Amino acid sequence: MQACRLSVQDLACRRGDRLLFARLSFALAPGEALQLAGANGIGKSSLIRIIAGLLPAYAGTVSHEGAMGLVDERPALDPHQPLGKALALWQRIDGPADNLAARLGLAELMDVPVRYLSTGQKKRAALARLIGQRAPIWLLDEPLNGLDVKGVALVESLAADHCRTGGICVIASHQPMALTALRQIAMQDYLA
Amino acid sequence: MIRVLLSLLRRDLGLLLAGGRRGGALLPVLFFLSVAMLFPFAVGPDAPVLARTGGGVIWVAALLAAILPLDRLVEPDLELGLFDQWALRGISEEWIMAVRIIAHWLSFGPPLMLAALPAAALVGIDGDKLRIVEVGMLAGTPGLAALGVMVAAITAGLRGGAALGGLLVIPLAIPLLVFGAGSLATGGDTGLALTAAASLVLLAMAPFAAGAAIRAGRG
Repeated sequence: MQACRLSVQDLACRRGDRLLFARLSFALAPGEALQLAGANGIGKSSLIRIIAGLLPAYAGTVSHEGAMGLVDERPALDPHQPLGKALALWQRIDGPADNLAARLGLAELMDVPVRYLSTGQKKRAALARLIGQRAPIWLLDEPLNGLDVKGVALVESLAADHCRTGGICVIASHQPMALTALRQIAMQDYLA
Repeated sequence: MIRVLLSLLRRDLGLLLAGGRRGGALLPVLFFLSVAMLFPFAVGPDAPVLARTGGGVIWVAALLAAILPLDRLVEPDLELGLFDQWALRGISEEWIMAVRIIAHWLSFGPPLMLAALPAAALVGIDGDKLRIVEVGMLAGTPGLAALGVMVAAITAGLRGGAALGGLLVIPLAIPLLVFGAGSLATGGDTGLALTAAASLVLLAMAPFAAGAAIRAGRG
């Protein structure tokens, strides 16, 4: 895994007229995982999008080394195409990937159009896309939504493997996650 | 980078061409032919009138056919989160839009140029004029494609974006239409050259305007 680093300094986020959070700082080294915890609407997803560079920060800076991969509520797979073909688009962009379909429970679904997949299956497919990207920094926005018990364990083991090989995980979730060496940031401590 | 752009072009073409899930190339062609077919019914079977105005009708029909797939050009990908994933991989919105303009043109430009042959027969345009129509469409349709993608990117995510898109394309297409259809009346190469010039300006501008629109839509 290539070297990676992620640090956030004095970050503030404004949505409309509301200041969601302010003075938020943290730094992550390779192998570290961070959970952003807090109630709905507290700004977890906004923070993830600011880190990803998809949303401008109201104040503060984000600096990172290494590519970032994002999983959010949209799977970014063509709904009308069979799952295999939809994932193949990302493989052509990211380079060939190890075949993880069996581990992710997707092996049987490769011929099924993405729009017929359940929420949890789409989430697993998005994880397959994320792993294929081989980005050292993972940004997971509510990765457990729609997943069954086995799926939750799968996400936990994938994130643990990623950190063990020197990657960074930032996980926004209101659900507890069983991960060794998982740091937590309670978003309500940074309310503006 | 080239490899990535080629795979994006392949995907866009798969979605926009016949058999693709975003309408297919057949729909605009059928629409174009039915407009050309309706015209003699509406104007009457007066051959000289038809031949004189037919070229303009073909141009208007081509413009309307290019507007048809407007709401499916950018918005679905925005909703799917594809643009965010591309941004994370460092693929700029400008490149994606340039690729999409090529795909959009391939899906309606050449098919319409082919369909112009039977359409010309329906309105009674002779060989020499048909040549001007075909060359004019070759020069003008890339500009229409660029305009379509640009407006689709600007209106993506707006409520009622589809109707607004059509409304925005029509006035902006006036230079193409004036020079393209005008070259028929004057029979000269000047009109064709100006059509191509208007087309080139749009092609040069559209990827940047469309890319900026996608970025401005975030947040």
